[in-house]
Order: sequence, then C-alpha cells, then structure tokens
Amino acid sequence: MSDEETPHGGGTMVEDDGAASRLPARRGDAGHDVAVPERFENPGLPPHVHRLSDSNEVASKRAERQVAMLFGLSMLATVAFLVAYFAIDYTIDVFVPGIGSTNLLHLVLGVTMAVSLLGIGFGVVHWAKVIMPDEEIVEERHLQRSSDASRKKAADLILGGGEMAQLGRRPLLKYSLGGALGLFALPFVVQVAGSLGNPTEVSELAETLWDIPKNPDGSPGAPIRLARDPELTPIKASDITIGSVFHVMPETLKDSKHVLEDKAKAAVILMRLDPSQFADDERGRKTQEWGYQGIIAYSKICTHVGCAVGLYEQQTHHLLCPCHQSTFDATRDMDVIFGPAKRPLPQLKITVDAAGYLVATQGFTEPVGPSFWERNEFVNE
Amino acid sequence: MNALAARRRHPAAIAILLFLGLVLVGTAYSLLAPKSAQASAPSADDVATGRQLFLANCATCHGLNAQGTQSGPTLVGVGAASVDFQVGTGRMPLPGPGVQAQRQNEIKFSEEEIAAMASYVASLAPGPAIPTEEQLNTEGANAALGGEIFRVNCAMCHNFAGAGGALTRGKYAPTLKGVEDKDIYEAMLTGPQSMPVFNDQNITPENKKNVLAFVNGIYERPEQGGMALGNLGPVSEGMFIWIFGLGIMVAIAVWLGSKAA
Amino acid sequence: MKTAGGIAGWLDDRTGGAGFVSFLLKKVFPDHWTFMLGEIAMYSLIICLLTGVFLTFWFVPSAGQIVYDGSYLPLQGITMSEAYRSTLDISFDVRGGLLIRQIHHWAALLFVAAITVHMIRVFFTGAFRKPREINWVIGTILSLLALLEGFVGYSLPDDLLSGTGIRAMEGFLRSIPVIGSYVIYLVFDGPFPGEAIIPRMYSVHVLLIPAILVALFTAHIVLVFVHKHTQFPGPGRTNTNVVGYPFMPVYIAKAGGFFFLVFGVTALISALVTINPIWAYGPYDPSPITAGSQPDWYMGFADGALRLLPGFLEFEALGRTWSFNVFLGSILLLPVIFTVQGIYPFLEKWVTGDNREHHLLDRPRNAPVRSGIGAMAVSFYLILFFAAGNDIIAIKLHLSINDITNFLRLSIFVVPPLAFWITKRICLSLQRHDRDKVLHGRESGTIIRTADGRFFEKHEPLDAYERWPLVQQEVPEPLVLGSQTDANGVAAKHARSERIRARLSHFYFKDRVAPVTPAELAAAHAHGEHEAISPPPETSISVEGPPETQGLASPTSEREVVKRAPEKDL
Repeated sequence: MSDEETPHGGGTMVEDDGAASRLPARRGDAGHDVAVPERFENPGLPPHVHRLSDSNEVASKRAERQVAMLFGLSMLATVAFLVAYFAIDYTIDVFVPGIGSTNLLHLVLGVTMAVSLLGIGFGVVHWAKVIMPDEEIVEERHLQRSSDASRKKAADLILGGGEMAQLGRRPLLKYSLGGALGLFALPFVVQVAGSLGNPTEVSELAETLWDIPKNPDGSPGAPIRLARDPELTPIKASDITIGSVFHVMPETLKDSKHVLEDKAKAAVILMRLDPSQFADDERGRKTQEWGYQGIIAYSKICTHVGCAVGLYEQQTHHLLCPCHQSTFDATRDMDVIFGPAKRPLPQLKITVDAAGYLVATQGFTEPVGPSFWERNEFVNE
Repeated sequence: MNALAARRRHPAAIAILLFLGLVLVGTAYSLLAPKSAQASAPSADDVATGRQLFLANCATCHGLNAQGTQSGPTLVGVGAASVDFQVGTGRMPLPGPGVQAQRQNEIKFSEEEIAAMASYVASLAPGPAIPTEEQLNTEGANAALGGEIFRVNCAMCHNFAGAGGALTRGKYAPTLKGVEDKDIYEAMLTGPQSMPVFNDQNITPENKKNVLAFVNGIYERPEQGGMALGNLGPVSEGMFIWIFGLGIMVAIAVWLGSKAA
Repeated sequence: MKTAGGIAGWLDDRTGGAGFVSFLLKKVFPDHWTFMLGEIAMYSLIICLLTGVFLTFWFVPSAGQIVYDGSYLPLQGITMSEAYRSTLDISFDVRGGLLIRQIHHWAALLFVAAITVHMIRVFFTGAFRKPREINWVIGTILSLLALLEGFVGYSLPDDLLSGTGIRAMEGFLRSIPVIGSYVIYLVFDGPFPGEAIIPRMYSVHVLLIPAILVALFTAHIVLVFVHKHTQFPGPGRTNTNVVGYPFMPVYIAKAGGFFFLVFGVTALISALVTINPIWAYGPYDPSPITAGSQPDWYMGFADGALRLLPGFLEFEALGRTWSFNVFLGSILLLPVIFTVQGIYPFLEKWVTGDNREHHLLDRPRNAPVRSGIGAMAVSFYLILFFAAGNDIIAIKLHLSINDITNFLRLSIFVVPPLAFWITKRICLSLQRHDRDKVLHGRESGTIIRTADGRFFEKHEPLDAYERWPLVQQEVPEPLVLGSQTDANGVAAKHARSERIRARLSHFYFKDRVAPVTPAELAAAHAHGEHEAISPPPETSISVEGPPETQGLASPTSEREVVKRAPEKDL
C-alpha cells in the first residue's frame, strides 16, 4: 500500500509528475526504432517572447510617460479631494444622469478618492507589466517536511526538557499540574458567562403587557384598552369597518419603562371580518367567540422566529409574514396554511367596555412569539 | 415598363408591400371598429349617465344593480372614491382574469365619464367620497409622523420606500412611485382588493396628509449616497456587488496577469 | 538610497533581519488571474479595518433612546436609539461620513464575495491538498468569521431591517433544545431587545472577531509564503519548482497596485451607488416591518433555508417543543456546512490514499468527481440563496411566492445530484476532447477539398508546449481492498472502514480518461500522417482508412482507454 511517505531523508522531492521516463518500450513505427517513453516529458519553459517595450525604446518611453501620467492624475485627484472637502457645502444636491439627484459633496469626495487610488493602482500595475522584467524565473521547491535530523533534534530537545523537569520521575508533579491548569480558567469563564445575563427568568417569556395586573387587594385589575400604534389612542369598535386592519398596542404602554421590550411581546393586529366569512368549524367558532362582532385580535409576533406579521390580505383573509412567508388563515384561528411556522398566532380575547372602546379582559393564554423548549409549561395559564 | 414595375423583384418590395398592407388594415380597423358605448355628450344628470356607463361596462361582473355576482363584488357602499380609484387608474374594467387587477397606462374613460360613474355608485349607498383639494393639501404636514405611520401600516406590504412587495399566490402590493396623491388617498380610504381599509378613524385625515407628505418626500428627496438600486434592500445590493463589484475586479485581475504587448 | 541603506543597516544591527528580508523578497509567485481572488478578499478586509476605525470615532454603540434632532428632516422628532442616531449623523452631518460608511459596507460585501470565489477556485483546482490542508481549514474558519462579522456589523445601526434580523436571531436561539430560553437571556441580558445587545455586538464586531480575523489571515498568508504558491501545470512547471515572477519588484508592484485598484473601485462604487440606506428604513421597532426583509447577501443561504424548511419539522414530544424547522436552518446549518467544508481535504486524502505533496494544480476537468462534488455544493448553496429572495423574485418576475418556494423545495433534492452528474460528465467529455486535440491536432478552420470532391478540415498539430498541459495529468486508479481476513479467518482490523474506503475510491476513480501517451500519438500520426500535408491518393481505400475517419482513433484503441480500472495490487 502506498500510504507511507515516499521521500526518505534529504531535502529533495521525489519526482512524481509524469516527467520521469519509465520502462522504455520498443515500438516499431513506420520503420523507426526509437525508445518511446511511457508518458510525455515536460518540454521545459517555452521560449521567452519579448514585449514591445523590451526592444523598442520609443515604446518603453511611452510606457514611462503613461505611468507618470497616471500618477499625476492621482495627485490631481487628491488635491481635488482636499479642496472639495473644505469648499463644498454638505447640503448641496446635484443632478447626475443615471443616478438622479444626489449629494454633491459625497459624490465629489468619492470620485476624487477613487481616481486618486485608481491612478496609483493602474500606474503601478502598468509599470510592472510593461517596464519591469517579465522573464519568468524558476525557484526550486524543497520538501515541506524538515529533515529527519532536524526532527530528531527537536524531539530530543522536547523529551530532554521533560526529563530535566523530571516529569517522568515525578508523576505527582504531572498530575497536579494538569489539575491546576485544567481548572484555572474556570473563574474567568464563570465570571463572564455568569454575568452575561440572568438566564433564570424564563417565565417572563410567557408574560406580556396584556396580562392584567391584580389590584393590591387581590381583585383583578381593569381590562386594558386596545390603542392604536403609534399614537396610543383607544379604539372604538364602531371605528372599525369590515376589511380594516389596525395595529394595536395596550394603552398601558404609555406608562411603560421598557417600551421596546413590552412592544416586542404586546404587538397585536386587529381586523374586522364579516361574521359569515369565518369558517364553520370549531376553529372558526372559537375565533368569533374571542372576538367582538367580527373584530378579532391576534398577536402580531410570528410564531416562526418573531417577525411582525403585518401583511393582511383583506379579500382572502390571510395574514402573511414577510420574513419567511408563513401564512395564517384569519377565518380559522390563524391556522398555518403555508410556510415554515408550525403554530397559529395566539388570539387575544376582546370585548367592548361601557364606552364602546375595545378592551382585553385577559392576557394571552399561551406564550407569544417563537417556540422554545419549555413552552408547554406556560400554555393555558 | 415603368420604374416601379422594373423594381418589382427588388428584395425590399415584399417588405414595403407588407408594411402597406398592415397600415391599411390597421387604419381600416380603427375607423370601422365598433367603439365602446359612450355617451354622445355629458348630460346634466350625472347619475343617469353613470348608470348607463355602468350597465355597459361593469354590470356583467358587478350585477345589473351593482349588487355583485360570482365574478365581482357588490359596489353598494363602496363610495365614489372606489370608482374614482379603480377606474381612474385603469384597474377597472378588468382586462382579463388574473390574480389581481393591475394599474394600466391606458385609461378607457374620460374624467367626466369616471365622475359620472362615481356619482352613480355613490348614489347607491353612502360610502367614501372622492378627496377634496383641502384633504390632499400637504402643506405644513408632518412627514416624520407620516413616516412612522407609513412604517407601521404600509411598509410591510409596500416596502420601506414604497417600492412594492409580494403577497401570496402571485398577488403583490404595487410600487407607489409615480402614483398621484389622490390615488394613494383613495386607496387608503377604500382598501382596494387585498389592501385593507384605512378609514378615517384608523388613519385620520390629518395623518393621511402626513403619509402623503412622507411618500412624496421619498421620491422628491435626493438619493444621498448615489443610485438607489430600486430601494429593494440587500437583494439588489448583493446582486450589484457580484455583477459589477466582483466583475470589475476580475476584469482587472485578468488584465493584471496578462502579458503586455 | 543612502538613507534607505542607512536605515536598513540600523534595523539589521538590531534584528538581524537581512536574511528574512531576502527570503521574502526573492519568493517567486506564478501569474494567473485566479490567484488574485484571495487578494481581493485580503484588501477588502484591510479597507474595512481602515474605514472601520474612522467609523468608531463617531458611532455610539448604545441602545439608549433619544429624540432625533439632526439634519435629516423625515426623522425629526422621532424616538430612536443612540446607535441609530449616530449612524444618521455619520450619513448626514459628518463631512465624507457617508462615503466612509458606504466604502465600509461595500467592502464588506466584496470581502465575502471574494472569499467565496477564492474558496471555489481553491477547491476546484485541488489546491487544498498536502501541504495546504491547514490553510484550507484556516480559510474555512475565516469565511465563517467573515459571515458573522458582517452580520453583526450591519446590525449595529439598529435600523428596522437589521433589527428585524436580530429579532429573528432571538427566535433562532430560542429553538435550541434544552438551553434555548436560557441562551437568549444570556445573550440579550434580559428580554428582547434589551439594552445590552448593541454594545455587545459592537464589542464582537470591533474587537473580538477582527482580532481573530487578522491573526488567522496573517497565518494564512505566512503559510502561502512558506509553502510557496501553487501553479497551474504548464511547460517548465513541475511539482518541485515555482515558475513566475519575483516578489521584488514585480509582485510588490502588482499586488500593491492591486490593493489600490480594489480600494479605488470600492470608493467609486461607494460614491455612485447607495448601500444600506438606514435613514429610509427607520429605527428598529418590533411592530413595523418592511416587505423584502432579507439579510445581507452572504447570510441569504441561511435565510433561504428557513423559508424552505416546512413547519411540520416542529413537534412536541415528552412535554417539550422541538423546533427543528428553525433549529436546522439556523443554528445547525452553519456549523454543519462549515465542518463538511473543513474536513473535505482529509476525506479526499483518505479516499485517494495520496500522501504526496501537491504543488501543481489540477485542471478541474481532470478531477471529475471532485468537480462534481463542488458543483453539487454550489448548486445546493445557490438554491438556498435564491430562496431568500423569493419575494423579490416574485414581484420582479410576476410569479407566486408560494410556487417559487415549492419549486425550490423540490429542487433542493433534485438539482444537486443532477449538477453532480452533469458536471462529472462534462469533465469526462472535456478530457476526451483534450485527448482528441492531442492526437489529432487543433481544428484550424481551414477546409481542404480533395481532387475527388471530399472535404476535410485541416488539423494543426500541437507543439510540445501546447500539448504538455493536456497530457501531464495523473489519473489515479481506485484503491483495491487488501485481504479482508488473515490466514486464520480473523477479520482484519479496520476491515469495515477499509471497505467503505475502497467503495468511495471506486466512486471517485471508476470513470477515467487516461492521458495520451507518446505511443498513442505516434500511432495516430502513423494513421493520419498524410492528412495535414496533402490530400490522400486517389485510391484511398487503404488500411489506414479514408480521411474522414482520421478524426477517430481506431475503435479498439479508443475504447481501451476508457475502461474500468484493472484490479492491480498496490
């Protein structure tokens, strides 16, 4: 089996590129009596072809001028950049065909910077191509591995050092070192990892601003009014016509100390359907029951990975999430009908208060948003 | 023989003959073809005129009394604004079956005709009215607030810069570029096809102005950093860098590695 | 010159570095444009580092909420984070700030694009073989880090689009079984979004990942110097030399100049084309969202995977929720893909049993199975990549996103094997075409008409220099299993892995096209000797066959070379 390395000692490589002739075969061929190699041989470097600038003085002088011009252009552009930086008002706009109206300072700074850089780049490369030598050079390779002698020397040093440290003779040293080194990083890791955040508040994932806080005496608090996002004005049921979509936040968001964190769980989307449009099955009936006269409210946080599910198609009653195209059916309790989401959106049970405003009398009965491992513990709380 | 006959076997002869034939037929068609029913002159009774137009162009799908059929929804209560929007942007009459009615460049009806049909539909039942000049006047409007409202209510379908977006099954929310303020206002008010209804209790008339100011601003403002690539986001940027960025760099690399003359 | 010599002398007095400098400057680099792709990546990284430093002077990595009062009117009075506000200031109120920001972002996109094409080049030419496996692994890690760096970087401005991406990231982390809900509280230091994520991403983006990137890519370059660059096979090029131009002065000029060119083109693009218009997206808020929500292009394959994975992959068992629809496409996808990528050189080495150093590149056609595997990987990636743009494709091509998604779901299973098979077949055909070219010369386009009315095309024979790249390749044969049991019938150790190995080796090398040998060429010449020189004689019904069969070698010799490998003892 040819699994072992082929070279043995020395610093040269074993030829294995088909160039070596193997058993020459004798082959009679049209009267010739030549030893034909088994494989073709490398013909060696092809003859060098001179460039125009190598032989022609005029061409090389022209190349020199071209390079110098490119460098000169670069210098001009740099100066232009510096002038523009101070001279151009940063609020001026200019019309450029193909782009439209754009900021003048930005355009000029960018183009002059580009020319300044490109001038150097093209100049230097042109110089390398036309003036610098282009005769190919051959550099020999050495085998990547070190010689056996070097390896032995290194191994001896390492092992010798170990002996001098008496590691072999004194295993207690070895094991206690291992223990100490193995453990020393732990304080660092624990301190950083432990301070990253408090991981134990998982139950918070199931709490939203819609949960009605209890009064100090233990009685349930007031139902929370549904409010328009972002104005936070309460919504009357009569405001909502069939086919409307309202983006909703709890009215109590006004007093929130953690607005974005609360919004991230409390975002709700409100639609009104004609009661005849709900599906005539258990899901459809539940949807209607938790709504109010065809007005239904659902969590807007997608159950896939949490994007805002905002695209309501009024005619098909489908709710589409723009991130990964999960599609939910509003006539059937937001059942998933397409896309990577598994669970329907949680529904917020709503009704109207005495003044006709829409209110939620309870929070969500399951955690909103994407699924997580312990989710089931918090369902139907 | 005369000069023309002498050239009858010229290669261009057949092309010229074909061209003349097409011109002849085309002209004949446009002269003789039956025209769509039009009122001979706008009469004083707009509603009646509108009804005539309605019966001729819309009743097949929307029913003789606009009560709706299998093919088209009821127009009772949709208001003048709906008619002005749908017919005024060429979406209606629907040219053919498809996932949604699309904006057309050729509007079939004149402004008077559209106004007549709008009056007729408005007479059927109360509904959203065509916005007035005052309602469309965005002077002094708050584009920043309009932007906030736009991002909450509109960007998810129409995209952050109104460049349009996909809905399910081939439907789409169209681009807002080049769309008149009146059409945007009416669309918000009436909720055409898949678009939800944003009545005045949802987005108040003042906020509608703010939204208009914001949308106009998108197209009036200069592109701060250069070409906007359609305002479609990272997809167009990625395409650009692969085609032009990498393309140019590869071209330079090929030049760099090639032998000089 | 004298001062330069003086300084050099001063340094050498203190470092003894003259030898090292000579080592570097005399290095020879071969010339091929595909060798510049990695340089595009390197220079893009340097551009990002330079422009990034500027940006750190103005960017405020804080999620603290303030009311905007800068010069961009459409956001006047809007509440936003400091991070977003500072990015707006860079774009509108710092002279040249937007230019620097755009150069930074365009360079980042170009960085990953260049890494991708560079990696593809290295793969298809087999440049990852010994001794360069370490460099391949370093490169794999670099490419993964580049992705993460970019993702974190464009999320720093806290705009609506990238913030939605961070929201999705929270969803990904949640899907981790057992520890997911703890992980999100650790990463975000509390409920989403919290105030910690922006400064933490900043630290990762500015400190942690750049440090690792710079260290790794330095090692990457050092190894290229130490190993010397590979080269394409050609006349005069062997496995034991490097043919090209010296670092000093040619490559310093070319590579140095290329840096300016990359920078210049990036600057030009940044001047003329907007990227990431965060002012138009608006500040991040969990309630609004934009149509066309995609990550930057290089995360597209992961986003596409999430769009294609069906919902039934999430299920409840043992009272717990297993969200494999999310977990597979996000948390698991990157480590799996990059691990497969990283171990490939070792896998190929095991299969081929080839332990020699390789400094000559393979022409991709000469490694049909490897090229097929590469095509399979690329097509798999591309399907996921296009899936991420399904809504943009839908509106631009007037299609249904549902149809596109379902089509791609089917394609992910059908297209990669098809791509493998097609690529392998194309490679084998190209090899046969090479054989043809060697045996019968290049088609010259000159048509010769014989006196008796026959036409044939004159073929120009190849000279030795043109011929060499077409005949130099090694075509390995499949490994043969040794004895499976010893004399006493005891199964050999590793018998099972040896069997798998033999099967894989067979898969790799069963279809072979051997390169033309001198003997075959001589035979071909004998057959068609007269073809290139003069028309055949009138009575041309000869043993050698009429001219029109000159394009074909004699049937037996052609068939013989494309055959199952004979079982030979190794």
